[in-house]
Amino acid sequence: MAVSSDKHPAKGGFRAWLNKRLPVDEFIDSQLIGYFAPKNFNIWYFFGSLALLVFVIQILSGIFLTMHYKPSELMAFDSVEYIMREVEWGWLIRYMHSTGASFFFIMVYLHMFRAMMYGSYREPRELLWILGMLLYLALMAEAFMGYVLPWGNMSYWGAQVIVNLFGTIPVIGPAIVEWIRGDYGIADSTLNRFFALHVIALPFAIAFLILMHLVALRQTGSNNPDGIEIKAKLNQDGKPIDGIPFHPYYTIKDLVGVGVFLIFFCGVIFFVPTFGGLFLEKPNFEAANELSTPEHIAPVWYFTAFYAMLRAVPDQQLGALLMLLAIVVLFFLPWLDRSPVKSIRYKGILSKIALTLFVISFVVLSYLGLMPASDLYVILARIFTAIYFAYFILMPWYTSIEKTKPAPERVTYHE
Amino acid sequence: MSNVIRHSVFTAALAVTLLFGVRADAASGPGGAWTKWTAGNDVSNVASLQRGAANYMGYCAGCHSIKYMRYSRLGQDLKIPDEQLEQLLILPGSKKADYITTPLSAEDGENWFGKAPPDLSLITRAKGSDYVYQFLKTFYIDPQSANGTNNLALPGTAMPHVLSPLQGLQEASFAAGDPPMWESFALVEPGQLTAEQYDVFVRDTVNFLEYVGEPIKAKRQALGVWVILFLLVFTAFAYLLKREYWKDVK
Repeated sequence: MAVSSDKHPAKGGFRAWLNKRLPVDEFIDSQLIGYFAPKNFNIWYFFGSLALLVFVIQILSGIFLTMHYKPSELMAFDSVEYIMREVEWGWLIRYMHSTGASFFFIMVYLHMFRAMMYGSYREPRELLWILGMLLYLALMAEAFMGYVLPWGNMSYWGAQVIVNLFGTIPVIGPAIVEWIRGDYGIADSTLNRFFALHVIALPFAIAFLILMHLVALRQTGSNNPDGIEIKAKLNQDGKPIDGIPFHPYYTIKDLVGVGVFLIFFCGVIFFVPTFGGLFLEKPNFEAANELSTPEHIAPVWYFTAFYAMLRAVPDQQLGALLMLLAIVVLFFLPWLDRSPVKSIRYKGILSKIALTLFVISFVVLSYLGLMPASDLYVILARIFTAIYFAYFILMPWYTSIEKTKPAPERVTYHE
Repeated sequence: MSNVIRHSVFTAALAVTLLFGVRADAASGPGGAWTKWTAGNDVSNVASLQRGAANYMGYCAGCHSIKYMRYSRLGQDLKIPDEQLEQLLILPGSKKADYITTPLSAEDGENWFGKAPPDLSLITRAKGSDYVYQFLKTFYIDPQSANGTNNLALPGTAMPHVLSPLQGLQEASFAAGDPPMWESFALVEPGQLTAEQYDVFVRDTVNFLEYVGEPIKAKRQALGVWVILFLLVFTAFAYLLKREYWKDVK
């Protein structure tokens, strides 16, 4: 006789056989059907699952790319063109991967903005936020190393600039740079090890962090646009009154999000794969050439906000430190926010202004980082860098003095 | 709340627009009207690509390889029968399955021109089709240049104006200034083609080079229409399904 639960009476056959040995139904019951999510998720709650979708797309397209790509100084660039021209559907696989890189960051940035807007980083979700930040760091490393692999001229010079940032570390900097490159310059050994890290080490790290991120989410439960805890109001079955089973409600709702996402994603792949030089930059259609520097070197758009900060500081060492701080400060967000409410819906005017300015500063810095560093742009970069940091540094002050609205007892839901 | 988002999106858009505005003004400074010339080519126009291929093999391939492109792929994509491919396009010593290389060795190229003529497989992807179009249209007589001509798009280019028998030779007039601003061209030595014919010649050639830069482009776009149509239908059904499931959520 097969072991059975109330919900899954013993049915004999394969399913019962399987469940006796592997808790498939139990997992689905507890993690998907039994996981109660707030019913008032809005459009901002699509981007977490969509980021996961992009991760899967990257892994799958990446597997096929590694079948044809050659991680060697002499062959890398040619092998990418080989994929684009002679591998059956190779162009599609490559565009999926290159577009996926940019969409990964778009999803992650929107996902992070959502968390900042609704206070999803606040107690008890501090660790969930930190795990997400670690994911963001791993993704940055993954994207950077992946960008070097096609071995175009921007890959080469971008790697040169970014790796040299480690050289600004006092005393041990130069030794670290040499250790990262495995040579005295960006060379074959660098390309080869970046390949290893890009296809094995970092994807494993990211997959593990995604798992931890989801486990932590299951432990605390999802936040929602009202920033209140649905677990505070339970029905007689001990389930949140304002919660609904993740499956089928959100699995099916997310399917709509997937559809809309794919329309944009495929729109880029099939009609504007270079996205006007933003997703695939023009200089990267020339092979790496240590004798010819591109007119101006800029990283891909998803790093340019930080790059603008680097250039805003005359001293490279301080600039690199500032760049690092811009990311580190995000880790402390849960402890900087002193507001009695979590969601921007009930916070005061100061928080609303601060968040608006923060978004503007990030967008403007991203734009400035793409442009040549003219005098005007450097001054603008300094102003917006100051605004970026002010959002965090002043947060304990403006969140505690402003007048907030009372958060509701129950979530506001209107369809 | 949604007002906050709308407001922030709007303000961000405004900030970016202002910055882009600054940039557009800067671009219309020195350089002149020729920097706005666009190739206006279309990679789905097979007849134009066929003419462009003939132009390229006749006038360019002697010095410039397109090393990622095979003759056979060219024949297939451009609907050129094997017989014609072999008679008209394949360079002596090459076979159908070969990549399109040039008989000019890099060493000779460097000795003769001072710089080996670059491979053009990805030129339109690296510089843009408009750039190649502008380059081929802006050769002008310059007695100070080693080969008698100079170019607006690539000043000091090592490439002689090999298309001058077709276009003829033109003189450029510049307005005083630093750097001098280009004003106009005047044809001083007519070529075999009229200005309109030469324009078509260049456009076809650029079109061909854009095709060579990404041979799948026309098919990619054609396929994309079906992909998006499918996704629209899929999303519509997904939405209906969602509405059905969510009916009882109050």
